[in-house]
Amino acid sequence: MSLVFYLIAALVVAGGLAAMMLKNTVHCALAVTVAFAGLALLFLNLDAQFAGFAQILVYIGAVAILVVFAILLTKGSETPKDGVFSQTWLTGLAVASAVFAVLGWAVLQTAPMLPRATATPVVSVQQIGQALIGQYVLPLEIIAVLLTAALIGAVIVAIHEKEGAN
Amino acid sequence: MFEFLDQIFVILRHWLVSFLPAAWQQPAGVVMSVAVIVVLFPALFALTTVFERKGLARIQNRFGPNRTGPFGFFQPVADGIKSLTKEDIVPSSADAAVHFLAPVVLVVAVYMGFAVLPMGRNMVLVDMDAGLLFYFAMGASTELAVFMAGWSSRNKYSLLGAMRAVAQMISYEVVLLLSSVTVVMISGSLSLSKIVEAQNHYTWGLPHWYIFTPWGLAGFVMYAIAATAETNRSPFDLPEGESELVAGYHTEYSGFKFALFFLGEYLAMFSISGLGTTLFLGGWSAPFSWLGWVPSWIWFFSKLMMSIFVFIWMRGTLPRLRQDQLMNFAWKFVLPMCLLNLLVAALWRFLGDGWVKWAVCSGILIVAYVGMGLLEMRRGHIGPRSYRYAE
Repeated sequence: MSLVFYLIAALVVAGGLAAMMLKNTVHCALAVTVAFAGLALLFLNLDAQFAGFAQILVYIGAVAILVVFAILLTKGSETPKDGVFSQTWLTGLAVASAVFAVLGWAVLQTAPMLPRATATPVVSVQQIGQALIGQYVLPLEIIAVLLTAALIGAVIVAIHEKEGAN
Repeated sequence: MFEFLDQIFVILRHWLVSFLPAAWQQPAGVVMSVAVIVVLFPALFALTTVFERKGLARIQNRFGPNRTGPFGFFQPVADGIKSLTKEDIVPSSADAAVHFLAPVVLVVAVYMGFAVLPMGRNMVLVDMDAGLLFYFAMGASTELAVFMAGWSSRNKYSLLGAMRAVAQMISYEVVLLLSSVTVVMISGSLSLSKIVEAQNHYTWGLPHWYIFTPWGLAGFVMYAIAATAETNRSPFDLPEGESELVAGYHTEYSGFKFALFFLGEYLAMFSISGLGTTLFLGGWSAPFSWLGWVPSWIWFFSKLMMSIFVFIWMRGTLPRLRQDQLMNFAWKFVLPMCLLNLLVAALWRFLGDGWVKWAVCSGILIVAYVGMGLLEMRRGHIGPRSYRYAE
């Protein structure tokens, strides 16, 4: 665990905390974008170039913008009058701690089983491409069908709105 | 002697760095290259503003700035002094933190794109395996900065301008990526320096640039369209159209922050032209094999400035596209052509050498272009032009 990892982890945690605690919803969306950027930096720290850049391209370039548009086009951008935190925050804290404990236990249980002291595999983009077309071609095609379904769904929703306006 | 000129910047950096102790040499070299990029491209930006104003003026049959210095060449100095000394007005209801950060995020994201451009032989700042992907990732971050600018100004015009700009940038980002994927398919690598090296071969003295192939020409045209739309240049500059939206998403910015937006837009233009020359125009390779003695960085920057000249020319000549026309164009015409171009590039790869591949690929692209054009015109009821004169 190096210093760089701790710095990036602090950035991600700060982004997540800010996303929870800020009053203005668009500020929260921008804070979660900072958390995404931190995650991309973690990928890059592990020499996973493709994953890191794809994280920036997809999460910051598309998901963050989608979140911000969704906030803007609904009334979420106005600050709520009676504070940001809900009444039942203690129960929420208990449930979140329980989930975190289970996840942490699962991760730490599997950590000793991983092979140690091997050199980090240098995965080039070519190997990722060949794996996608060779071994993982069925998941690739299924994801393609899923994306097509999402596109067709978006077009259908937009067409209905146009007919509804007419 | 010509190899010395070609590698003169690399040799200069090596020599300057050799004065330092060994542990500091590599970071110092990187810092030096970064400093050169940070200084050089704004200097080019200053030169481009003069060219643009003079060029647009001449297209519009008038002189441009000709008071400050010979032929107005010191105009950017005057503009710089003005923007530095202007009062920085921030609206009282604006979101101060986001308002301040938006131009900073824009300029930083745009500068990052320069890190992977090969500006000459052995002159890439960071030679990444997935360089093209890094460039597009940084381009995607600029959209967020535009949105931040428009939203934080608490101004309806700014917000509208920002929404339009982001919608336009997202649509044309798809086109940009798809037209670059053909280049990646044929050259087999995402690394920009390898893409340039794949184009650096000559047959009968003519280069193997991708623009001289059918799929490359179609890809370059679509890349150029998408590049104009990504940087919000005319004819796609509705988000900052002065007659429609005051100034779009940078209405509420004055003084140095406005200058930063301006700088960001022009730097984005440089960087996307640089990527276009790398992908399609052969990067730093010379147009003819007997011109190989000219230093490689001269070729790269000449091609870059030629692309900037074409941008200025388009701005002065073409009228502005309306928002719905722009989006229709992207999704209904350019995107299907892009997908067809992918197919054509694959056919190019597998049809073997000879005239068959040229004929088949050109034929498919021409038929598709004419066919889709006729279809769109019939759907939009566009016929021969008719005139109605006043009585």
